Amino acid sequence: MLPPVPLSWYLVLSVILFALGVAGFLYRKSVITVFMSIELMLNAVNLSFVSFSYELKRVDGHIYSFFVMVVAAAEAAVGLAIILTVFKNRGTLQIDEVDSMKL
Amino acid sequence: MFGNFQPASVEYLRFLPEILLSAFGIIIMMLEAVSKGKRTYLGVIALIGIAAAFAANAWAYFNGGPAFQNMILIDGYGAFFRGLVLVVGFLCILAAFSYLEREHAQTGEYYALILFSLVGQCILSTSTDLIMVFIGLEISSIATYILAGFLRDDTRNNESALKYFLLGSFATAFLLYGIAWIYGLTGSTNLEEIRRGLTQGTQPLVLIGLAAALLFVGFAFKVSVAPFQVWTPDVYQGAAAPVTAFLSAGPKAAAFAIFFRVFLTSFRPFSDRWLPLVWGCALATMIIGNFAALLQTNIKRLLGYSSIAHAGYVMIAFTAASQIGTAAAMFYLASYALMNIGAFAIISHIAGRNERHVKLEDLAGLGRREPVISALLAVFVFSLIGVPLTGGFFGKFYVFQAALNSHLVWLTVLGLINSAIAAYYYLKILLAVYMQEPATIAQESLPAPAPSLLVAIWASAIGTLFLGIFPSAVLSFASLSAAPFR
Repeated sequence: MLPPVPLSWYLVLSVILFALGVAGFLYRKSVITVFMSIELMLNAVNLSFVSFSYELKRVDGHIYSFFVMVVAAAEAAVGLAIILTVFKNRGTLQIDEVDSMKL
Repeated sequence: MFGNFQPASVEYLRFLPEILLSAFGIIIMMLEAVSKGKRTYLGVIALIGIAAAFAANAWAYFNGGPAFQNMILIDGYGAFFRGLVLVVGFLCILAAFSYLEREHAQTGEYYALILFSLVGQCILSTSTDLIMVFIGLEISSIATYILAGFLRDDTRNNESALKYFLLGSFATAFLLYGIAWIYGLTGSTNLEEIRRGLTQGTQPLVLIGLAAALLFVGFAFKVSVAPFQVWTPDVYQGAAAPVTAFLSAGPKAAAFAIFFRVFLTSFRPFSDRWLPLVWGCALATMIIGNFAALLQTNIKRLLGYSSIAHAGYVMIAFTAASQIGTAAAMFYLASYALMNIGAFAIISHIAGRNERHVKLEDLAGLGRREPVISALLAVFVFSLIGVPLTGGFFGKFYVFQAALNSHLVWLTVLGLINSAIAAYYYLKILLAVYMQEPATIAQESLPAPAPSLLVAIWASAIGTLFLGIFPSAVLSFASLSAAPFR
């Protein structure tokens, strides 16, 4: 039988996912991709919640990850609606072009 | 630990403000679906709901204590901020009646969203568990994302909502990752237990620092503290004026409340390590806010930058990390909320249909055209500067006093210099109102302000002056309830 995967592997994976999300948020130009990057960050959070919870032999971390999912779903509903109105009024989803308010 | 799942009835009563607000919000949504014609009465229902929640909050304060397995705690501190955000919501609904009428957006959603957002802010003010912090923050934020883009055919509103949404959720992800790591390091999300876990445990200091830093980034975004303030001017400029008033007062006060509570409870034993960081953030926030505001010609954007600067003053009180520092921050946030709502309510009136007149030069000659409104605007501007007899003066006074008490001489000096610089751009507003002749010959005359708007403006003005003339009533309550945070 294979030895169990140690906790640190999960945590490293979650750090990598989170960092990818941050990088995507900062460098991507399409609003949709930026939004997907945020979801990726939330998934990294969920992964660490679940693995910590498993390590601590406690159930609350699992429940927290459900909270995160529910909130992420609500956020996605609102976010996509906002993105839709932006697209309707401007015809573009490039971050650089949705920038009319400056000095 | 989860012995008894059935909460006592007193716990529900302590949570009653949130329950009432949610119930009224849902009722408004349902009535909205079936009502035809004028929707103003839905706003009145919302006002009744907020008033009921305020009464419930007062009851909860006198019967304070923890509720729901220590998820929330009703103490003086929580009740203070819960009351504050309820007052903010009340005034912002009053100020919005005529605005929504003018923009042909008189729908029930506005009132329902304000109520839902208040639910989140009430939870934030009273939560003592990081998971409740997350849920409160999200309830508050998701409703305000929609509010920022409420006029959905207005491109500025769209842009404001998009930026607020993207940066707000980005910040939430940071906060959440911090919560996950704190949970992993201490096995708990309760603030007191985290403190115990961190002081007794043997976790590597680097990881604790990283987790705390993630939480700090998340909160700093929400209260628009440098270097995480970039979204503030755009969002405040783009959103509808009554919404901006709400955003700059309610969510900010609640986020500051929980920011103080988390860091001065859970991470207090390590304060030597993070207080220098807060010191730097306070200074950077003041400088960025004030210097950028000097260059602005759009009043809403100017007040957006000024709101960043004011967050910097609150951060000075944070740096003091003492009971009087926390009390000073509470007083400051209360007076800031009142004067800012007043100023934005007046702007929402002056701006005219579609908010066309939001440049500084549009204010020219206002003193002659609208003497009463101009005088009230002067009160708010003086309070923002920090002139004696206004709430803003005592807010700054107590903040600097707390800073000196904690031997932060340099920060106090730099803060005073900053508030002198700030006077320049605030006085530019008054200069335009009273000294300049209108550039265009025939400025369209403003319609008379609606009675509801006048009530909101007068109430804010009276509140601002009350805090400036009789500050001790509020301050003594604040210092009493700030006792757990030193």
